[in-house]
Amino acid sequence: MTKRFGDTIAVNDLSFVVNEGELVALLGPSGGGKTTVLRLIAGLETPTSGDIFIRGHRVNDLPVQKRNIGFVFQSYALFKNMTVYRNIAFGLRVKKWKRRAARERVEELMQLFGLEQLGHRYPHQLSGGQRQRVAIARALAPKPDVLLLDEPFGAVDAKIRQELREWLVRLHHQFNVTTLFVTHDQEEAMEVAIRIGILNCGCLEQVGSPQEVYEQPANEFVARFIGVMNVIELEVRNGMACLDQIAFPAPGYKDGDKVRVGFRPYNVRVSPSTDEYRCQAVIRHTYFLGIMMRLDLELPSGARVYARLTKEDYKRLGLATGMRVSFQIAEHKILGAAQNSNAHTAAGSGCTHGER
Amino acid sequence: MITERQTARGSPPRVAGSGSGAGRFLLVVIAMLFALVFLFLPLLNVFAKAFEKGWTVFYGALVDPDTVSAIKLSLTITAITVPLNLIFGIVATWAIAKFEFRWKSLLVALIDLPFSVSPVVTGLMFVLLFGLRGYLGPWLDAHNIQVIYAVPGMVLATTFVTLPFVAQELIPVMQSAGNEQEQAALTLGASGWQTFWHVTLPSVKLALLYGVILCNARALGEFGAVSVVSGHITGLTDTLPLRVEKLYQEYNSTAAFAVASILALLALVTLAIKTAFEWHTQRVYARAERATSDARTTRTKST
Repeated sequence: MTKRFGDTIAVNDLSFVVNEGELVALLGPSGGGKTTVLRLIAGLETPTSGDIFIRGHRVNDLPVQKRNIGFVFQSYALFKNMTVYRNIAFGLRVKKWKRRAARERVEELMQLFGLEQLGHRYPHQLSGGQRQRVAIARALAPKPDVLLLDEPFGAVDAKIRQELREWLVRLHHQFNVTTLFVTHDQEEAMEVAIRIGILNCGCLEQVGSPQEVYEQPANEFVARFIGVMNVIELEVRNGMACLDQIAFPAPGYKDGDKVRVGFRPYNVRVSPSTDEYRCQAVIRHTYFLGIMMRLDLELPSGARVYARLTKEDYKRLGLATGMRVSFQIAEHKILGAAQNSNAHTAAGSGCTHGER
Repeated sequence: MITERQTARGSPPRVAGSGSGAGRFLLVVIAMLFALVFLFLPLLNVFAKAFEKGWTVFYGALVDPDTVSAIKLSLTITAITVPLNLIFGIVATWAIAKFEFRWKSLLVALIDLPFSVSPVVTGLMFVLLFGLRGYLGPWLDAHNIQVIYAVPGMVLATTFVTLPFVAQELIPVMQSAGNEQEQAALTLGASGWQTFWHVTLPSVKLALLYGVILCNARALGEFGAVSVVSGHITGLTDTLPLRVEKLYQEYNSTAAFAVASILALLALVTLAIKTAFEWHTQRVYARAERATSDARTTRTKST
């Protein structure tokens, strides 16, 4: 499907399937069209072209009310003038549930979500985490076919966010409702989702399990968005792209072509002895990341390469900032020919699709 | 009243350096004195004047048939004007706050027009339109419909003058509320009407009430525009303010103040209703908070 706002294409020829009971994350930089996709599915926006199916039924012509979806807004959008109880019961009330069944359903949800004590409270009397739980309970109450969450953890602080992630996974196991959530936090998507769809500039770059998108990124954007990746531009000589002493085979490229080579920091092996590996470098900076260390290596040519290793290895090898070391690259990927434009120089920028 | 309520809701923000209470005390005293001298005492004086010659004279002034008819007419005009403005206010605000359209800023400016036009000009405007020598006058006369110097004209003039009140109170509140709550209601299966009734309207109820009260006060008290279109026919087209003026011009000042005190009383009653409503809302929230903490203590006791 496609959605245009005036001249801007928010969602460009996007197509994907979420299986029943699956928990899928739509991941991408801000302004990538993620929220628009959710709103299109919910019926809060109308697609410019294309079709939307829920449980095999085309829902394009169904109004929001009839789609049987649960939508959790980024700001939660709780009804300010209603108590927690009445917020959760709202969907049941307008859908004319029997009073008794509605009460049982709301009480069941409040229990599950740890809200039993808060039934009489109003949204402004709740903490951020509580509000979010109320929002999800409210969306789940009428038993929706699909649960759509827009940046569900965006508005709470880091510590609670971690708890809520685990809670969402447990919740999904329990209810097994087909869930699609939007996030710009790759860690969050990796941790929570069964599959991840990476969205950039309204285009779906790749769909796959967290492991797939991490280990086999479809393109440079995905590679750089999911985790850190070193990307360097090299000239091909004798069928090889050479980085100082390291030669990467570059089949299909002519001599003189420039190619882009990518490799993950953890695939860089570093040795304190300058002649163990063929490539020389100086450690310019060391970043402490908890159990991991990140090294900023400067090559004789001036190029910079990130390496990543455990704290234990770092200690065992006796590395330190300013040391001369040697390194090699265990695994790499030829990302393609170098582009003349500056597009794709950094993850998050470079909307090359929008112009198509 | 409002400031009192707002400070009661949460402690007022502390300004750095206001350690000594002297400055605060001075500010409060100045504000209080001002309100007392300029607002409260003059109002009190109206009642004092009204009762100057005793209860019997006061009562006699009120049961005078012409005054009774003025009270009836004022209430009738208000009863028509306020609901009209309520509907217009909600419709206009809804359109302005929830949708984007081309002439939006023009509509916002137009709604404010009655505030900037002098009421007398408003009255003349209607005379020009509906008067015998006006554009529509001859046609209306031929069909035996009287607008000017009759109740319909007075209702029109009052509606025009009070038009901005409800909309002006509602627009900022509804705009800041955005439409996410409404969208949430729609995704939960609510119809447009259910959304409006259960979500939109309750979220603006205080602003709505305030708008209605202002509108009501102005509709009762409107003088200029109504004076022009009424024709001052005693016992027929005199509203309360017109009656007060007429009695005063006739050097019957006690009666004038007696009728004026009725107007003032009506204003105080509407103000009391508003305050009671605000208190009620606050009590509901407080009760919710108490109920929660009660439940918590019983739970900790039982475990």
